[in-house]
Amino acid sequence: MPLLEAAGITKIFGKLTALDGATLTVGENEFHGLIGPNGSGKSTLMKCIAGAEVPTQGKVSFVNADITAFTPTERARAGMSLKFQITSVLPTLTLYDNILLALQAQSSLFDLVFSRTRGALHDQVMAMLTQFRLASRAFDAAATLSHGQQQWLEIAMALAGKPRLLLLDEPTGGMSLEERRVTGELLAPIKQHCSLVIVEHDLDFIRDICDRLTVLDQGKVLASGTVSEIQANKSVQEIYLRRA
Amino acid sequence: MLKSMSVVREAIDADVGDEPDGAMAESEARQAASGRKVLPIVEGLVLLAALIAPLVLQDYLTVFATRVIILALFALSFDLVWGYAGIMSFGQALFFGSAGYGVALLARDLDITNIFLVLPAGTIIGLTFALLLGGFLLLGRHPSSVIFVALGTLTGSYAADRLARGWYYLGGQNGIPSISPMTLGSYEFSEGPVFYYLTLGILVVAYLLCRFLVRSQFGLALAGLRENEQRIAFFGYKAQHLKAIVFAVGGTIAGLAGSLYAFHEGFVWPNMVGVVVSTQVVLYVLFGGSGTLIGAVIGTVIIEGVSFWLSDNYRDIWPIILGVLLLFVILFRPLGLISFVLGERERVGSFGAKPKETEKEKRNAAS
Repeated sequence: MPLLEAAGITKIFGKLTALDGATLTVGENEFHGLIGPNGSGKSTLMKCIAGAEVPTQGKVSFVNADITAFTPTERARAGMSLKFQITSVLPTLTLYDNILLALQAQSSLFDLVFSRTRGALHDQVMAMLTQFRLASRAFDAAATLSHGQQQWLEIAMALAGKPRLLLLDEPTGGMSLEERRVTGELLAPIKQHCSLVIVEHDLDFIRDICDRLTVLDQGKVLASGTVSEIQANKSVQEIYLRRA
Repeated sequence: MLKSMSVVREAIDADVGDEPDGAMAESEARQAASGRKVLPIVEGLVLLAALIAPLVLQDYLTVFATRVIILALFALSFDLVWGYAGIMSFGQALFFGSAGYGVALLARDLDITNIFLVLPAGTIIGLTFALLLGGFLLLGRHPSSVIFVALGTLTGSYAADRLARGWYYLGGQNGIPSISPMTLGSYEFSEGPVFYYLTLGILVVAYLLCRFLVRSQFGLALAGLRENEQRIAFFGYKAQHLKAIVFAVGGTIAGLAGSLYAFHEGFVWPNMVGVVVSTQVVLYVLFGGSGTLIGAVIGTVIIEGVSFWLSDNYRDIWPIILGVLLLFVILFRPLGLISFVLGERERVGSFGAKPKETEKEKRNAAS
C-alpha cells in the first residue's frame, strides 16, 4: 500500500480545466519529482493533495485513509506538510520563533498558555537552525534573510512537525547554483523518515535527488516512472523539445 | 565570466559554509539581537502616572479619570481581539453594554449590588455573549473572512442597540437610571478615589493576565495567526479555535469593564451596547497603537483627555478638531502613537526560551 495515492484528480476553475484525471502514487521513503511545462497543473495537484484546494473530482488517500474531505489542519495532524511556492515564513518573527511556531503546533492549549513546552523544544529549535545553517541568525527577524535562506527556513519549518510526507513546491526558485547544491544536501538525509513530493523546474536538481518522476502536461499525466525510464520516454522528450 | 562566478561562489561559501557550531552561534546571535527594551519603561511610566493621578487631580477630575480607566479596560479587550488575534470586532460594545444592562437589572430588580456578585455576573454575561457570537462567526467549517466577522459583530451590536431602545423592560430609549451603588457589606462604592483605585487595581490585574497570555507560546501562535492564518493551519494549528478563545477572553474583559461602568455612572442607556461605543473603542486602540496592550490604555487616556479639554474650551467645534486629529494619526502613524517610541521588532517581541532560562538549564546540565 503506497503512502500517498491521489487518484483521478480533476480540478476545474470556471472554464479552465487545470487538472484532468491526474494520478500520483508515492511510496514510503520515496523522493518523487513532479515535472511538466508551465501551466501543466503541478502546483494545483500539490494544493489538492495538501488541502489548499478541493478537487472537483477524485480521491486522495494518505496512510490508508481517505483524506479527500480533510481540512489542511487535519492533514497536517495526519503527518503531511507543505512548503508553499511563494515563501511564507512569518517575516516579523525571529527565525527562532518561526521554527518554534512550527514545532509547537501540536502542543495542547494548556501547554501553550502556560508555555510548558518552550524549554523542552529549545534544543530541537537550535538543532534545526544549525542543520539548515541558520543558527547564527536565530534571533533576527525572518524578513532580514536572503531569499535562499528564507526558502531553507521554510523547509526547516515544514520538517519541524516530523511529517511522513513533505510537499515542496519549487524549493530552489530564485536560488543560486551553490544554494541549490546546498538545498540538495539538506534534503538528502530526510529520506530516512519522510517521503517527498517536489515540484521543480530545475531538471538537473530533480534528477539528482528523486527516485521516481511524474510528468504532467495540460492537466494529464503524460508518464510516470523511474528517472531513467522518464529520460528514455519519447513523448516526454517531445514536450520538452517543443518548449525549447 | 568564470572569474566572476568563482567570486560569487566564494561569497556564498563564506555566507553558508562556515556556520559556527550551535551553542556558540546561539550566544552570538543573542548578543547581536539584544536591544534596549522600551515597552517596560512606557508601562512603568503609565502605571506611575495612574497611581499618583488622584493625589494631584481635583475631585471632579478623579471621577473623570475613573471613567477613563474603565474605558481603558474596555479598550484592552479590543486590543487583545484585534491587535493580537486579528479579529475585527466592530461590536465589542455588545459585551460591554450587555454586562452593564445585566448588572443594572440585578441591582434594580433583585437588589443585588455586592461587588463579589455583580462583577463576576457582568464578566459571565460578557463571556456568554462572546461565546455565542464568536462560536457563530468564527467556528464554521471554513475560516471566516475579516469582513464577515466585522459585519457580523457590527450587526450584533446594532441589533442589541435597537432591541434595548424598543424593550420597555430595559427602559427603552432612556435606559435604566439611578442604579444603586456597588457595595461590600455596608460599604458603598461611590465616585471618588476608592472607586478609582479599585478600578485601577482591576485594570492592572487584567493587563498582567493579557500580557502573560500574549507573551506565552499561545501568544506566539497568535502572532503567526495574525500574519498568515493559512500558513499556521498547514502546521496543524486549529486556527479558528485559537481565535474563538481570544474572542471569548476579550468578551469577558469587556463584560467586566461594562459592569464597572454601569455602577460608576449610575445608569445604562442603549448607546452602551451600540455602534457608537463599538467604534469609539476601535479608535482608542488604533490611536494608541494596536497589538501592544499599553497602546490601548494610552489611546484611551489621550482621546478622552483631549475630548474633555476640547469640549470645555471649544464648545461648538470640538468634535471636528478631534476627528481631524484622529485622521492625522491614523493616516501618518498607522501603528499608533506608541510607534514613536516602540520599534517593530520589539512590538512583535520574541517568544523563545529566555536567555536566563537557558543559562540556568546549562548550569543544571553541567552540575
